[in-house]
Amino acid sequence: MKLDALLPNLGEWLRGTGPESDIVLSTRVRLARNLSGLPFATRAGPQHRSEVVARAKDAIAKATDGHKLEYFDIPSMPTLDRQFLTERQLISRELAGSEGPRGVAFDATETASVMVNEEDHLRLQVLRSGFALDEAWADIDRLDDALEARLNYAFHTQFGYLTACPTNVGTGMRASVMLHLPALGLTKQIEKVFRALQKINLAVRGLHGEGSRAFGDLYQISNHVTLGKSEPKLLGEIREVIVTILQYERQARAALVKERKQAEHDRAARALGTLSSASMITAEETMEHLSAVRLGIHLHLIENVPITAINQLFIHTQSAHLQKLAGHPLGGEERNAARAKYLKTKLRELGSRS
Amino acid sequence: MKCQKCENPASVHVTDIAAGQKRELHLCDGCAKAHGLVPQAPGGQMNLKALLSLLTGGAFGGGTGADKRARRAETCAVCGLNLAEFKAHGRFGCEHDYEALRVAIEPLLERVHRGTAHCGKAPRPLRVQAWKQQMQDAVEAENYEEAARLRDLIRKAEGTAGGGQ
Repeated sequence: MKLDALLPNLGEWLRGTGPESDIVLSTRVRLARNLSGLPFATRAGPQHRSEVVARAKDAIAKATDGHKLEYFDIPSMPTLDRQFLTERQLISRELAGSEGPRGVAFDATETASVMVNEEDHLRLQVLRSGFALDEAWADIDRLDDALEARLNYAFHTQFGYLTACPTNVGTGMRASVMLHLPALGLTKQIEKVFRALQKINLAVRGLHGEGSRAFGDLYQISNHVTLGKSEPKLLGEIREVIVTILQYERQARAALVKERKQAEHDRAARALGTLSSASMITAEETMEHLSAVRLGIHLHLIENVPITAINQLFIHTQSAHLQKLAGHPLGGEERNAARAKYLKTKLRELGSRS
Repeated sequence: MKCQKCENPASVHVTDIAAGQKRELHLCDGCAKAHGLVPQAPGGQMNLKALLSLLTGGAFGGGTGADKRARRAETCAVCGLNLAEFKAHGRFGCEHDYEALRVAIEPLLERVHRGTAHCGKAPRPLRVQAWKQQMQDAVEAENYEEAARLRDLIRKAEGTAGGGQ
């Protein structure tokens, strides 16, 4: 598998077809695992790290859970490719930017991935389209079993799976659901929702995880607690909260249509107009307009634009993707011009097809 | 109740029970923020390092001689990580730190997770061990259907594990 071959594709998780996909873009479950007998990342020298990589590669190659994972070495990977994989949610910014032997294995559909030598020796991840916590858990549970057959995990009878950071110990599981909440944003209820979430120990982040800003009304909601509750219990708690947020967002959307349909139609149409006619546009502005268009489609105010195309544009208009499409590095202004050109071309293609 | 750092009313209360000793912390909102204990912006998370430093007496100094000696003993014999280093970076050095620093960690885990004992998935050998016990119990209770179900689970797990090694 060549990385460039991924470029025209859409990760399985961006198909936009899963359950509740009008609001839920994707569901992700990750497991943190460490190998027994080797120091954690902060105390591991190059030799230890290479040992982790060797053992992980062997286990990944021989895993029999159905995912065919291919391993990519990060240190030998160009910076642009690392950023490309970060934008596709296959690796974290930390793995892209840290030092020493490390890598990532993932399958051609970009559903399952394993980061090696991130904060923990292994970070398993499964990404699914739509609201699919149980499916994602079943999938990653199998992957975990398949790797465990060849690896000796650090496990403690009281503390569970041992992790480098105490906030991950126990199940080592973080389940996160990516939501598109434009109507709650427009009706200024979003802050209220987040305050309530914090009280019940769920974390809220932007598209690219910890510390990233929420652009385009995209939010990731995940469990904070990893110790003392079983995986199904933790998943159940998140599910319950997400179901409530879905209700709020739908109510807010219905109210928008009822109270200011014309204004919303205008907003979505103008956003689409800007995206298809701008000659320079930043990533942030693109995200804001895409969000408005996405809402417009779901409110049936905009027709003939498939939702999958909009989901794809959220990812393909980010810096590294544009530079890979261009085939060479681009400066800030060049990027904004390339982004505008790409949007124009893509949206025109859609227009001519309908 | 007044804040321990200033005269304002306390609104943040932390109770820590470690090694049978109870320590309490009462702060006003401002002081809690100044010590980085509460998130400044919505969406922010509880600051682990700040919490740890407060709970283990860092920011509020003091402690008896015995406390200090105990702290010196809190060093991992395998990777050499001590409590001060853990407090500075919030990361463990190896799997043995959880035992070595247990006294300091348990109150922290209680605060972060509201729990200190894992219940959930376990590696296969432990799962099989638990199933074997349950099978024995089922046999003793003459619940043969359950015993047979467990027997199949065990056979399947041991079969796969054997093939994997």
